[in-house]
Amino acid sequence: MASIRSALSSVVSQAAQDGPGAALVTVAEGRFFSNGLDIEWVGTSRTRLAELIDALRPVVADLLALPMPTVAAITGHASAGGFLLALCHDYRVMRADRGVLYMSEVDLGFPLPPYFVALLRAKITAAQALRDVVLRGTRIRAPQAKEMGIVDVVCPGAPETAAEALMLAEQLAARKWDGAVYSSIRISMFPDACMSVGIVQESDEEKARNFASRL
Amino acid sequence: MCTVERRGRVHLITITGAGEHRLGLPLISALRAAVAAARASPGAGALVLAGEGKYFSNGFDQAWARTVPVHLQVAMSEGFRGLLADLLALPMPTVAAVTGHAAAAGCALALAHDTVVMRSSRGFLYMSEVDAGIKIVDYFAELLRQKVPDAATRRDMLLAGAKMTAAEAVRRGVVDAAADGGVEDVVAAAVAAAEGLAARGWDGEVVAEIRKAMWPAVWGKVKDYGGEAAAARPRL
Repeated sequence: MASIRSALSSVVSQAAQDGPGAALVTVAEGRFFSNGLDIEWVGTSRTRLAELIDALRPVVADLLALPMPTVAAITGHASAGGFLLALCHDYRVMRADRGVLYMSEVDLGFPLPPYFVALLRAKITAAQALRDVVLRGTRIRAPQAKEMGIVDVVCPGAPETAAEALMLAEQLAARKWDGAVYSSIRISMFPDACMSVGIVQESDEEKARNFASRL
Repeated sequence: MCTVERRGRVHLITITGAGEHRLGLPLISALRAAVAAARASPGAGALVLAGEGKYFSNGFDQAWARTVPVHLQVAMSEGFRGLLADLLALPMPTVAAVTGHAAAAGCALALAHDTVVMRSSRGFLYMSEVDAGIKIVDYFAELLRQKVPDAATRRDMLLAGAKMTAAEAVRRGVVDAAADGGVEDVVAAAVAAAEGLAARGWDGEVVAEIRKAMWPAVWGKVKDYGGEAAAARPRL
């Protein structure tokens, strides 16, 4: 998680230098996009579990506040925290041939941390889809995920998924949106989820000042 | 700036002129007066808001705002907030006839109605803010959250500046119906829908209370700017 934060931090610095026209793609090597928090390390330790849950929160915050469009290339299984990571992105591209999205907590006997819930509710808005994800622990393959509104594009395999994600990101980057405005609009779309990870939405006065300066 | 007419039980407000129907304080005030007139009109059973020409409304009148002192710019945005409150509190069903392009505040204005009928052959819904580099204030975002609950659709509108035609807007549940033909045909379709709602004979005050209860977050964020609030405010 530290290395993800570090990478995101350098992305933000680079974008600040380069100006508008950036986008992020998150992709993974191997069978897994991410299998979530390291519960093997956690074992039965509640302290360790709390530590990891606390450590993921700022990663989510960094992604939700990122001043550019974000695309997750789901090239393998995405479970629990890994599924959450994919959901933190603006767009999701997923391979059809293998890999599932799986919110495993109900099966494993873990309650969902509040910020997980806030993000799930913000991103999965069809009631039955949300129920299937969190209350039934459904293992969801790409075509079904697309029908549920969770995934945007389905691709045959991993290389196509990565390529499509990059292409989508390039199209989005080409719009040359102002990063600060983009981030602000994203936050205004789900302020509760953002607040749950410590992002404070700007006041209307601050936003209005931005509008006045554009006149 | 806008005309007002009765068609049966329907109170029809039309934003006039061939231009973009930009929402500066003058048009906003005219619309609020028209909505107040509908409210007071005996036997009015439903409201339709439509536009003449190519545009429903292309958003706030930034050109106008550039020329006026800050306090009038503030009055413009507070007035718009008040217009939304007046529509949400209106004791009759409301129908937006999106007869042409509806962008930014113009799009929000359309979505603030109970029912939205949109022209099939031209015009799109467009939340232009991301392209124009304008941040979205809280009550605006709340209106979009409530009226466009689907996360992916809302993302496409707000974060991708998607220009949505009537067919797509119907498919994605953003508007209720698409109407073929020209402006007059769309208006006629909206008026017919409104007449159907008026024919239900609902108690208008109950309609208003139910509506405010259905969209409490939006109502909460605009109610202090509405006509009712202004009337209730103590005068010094």
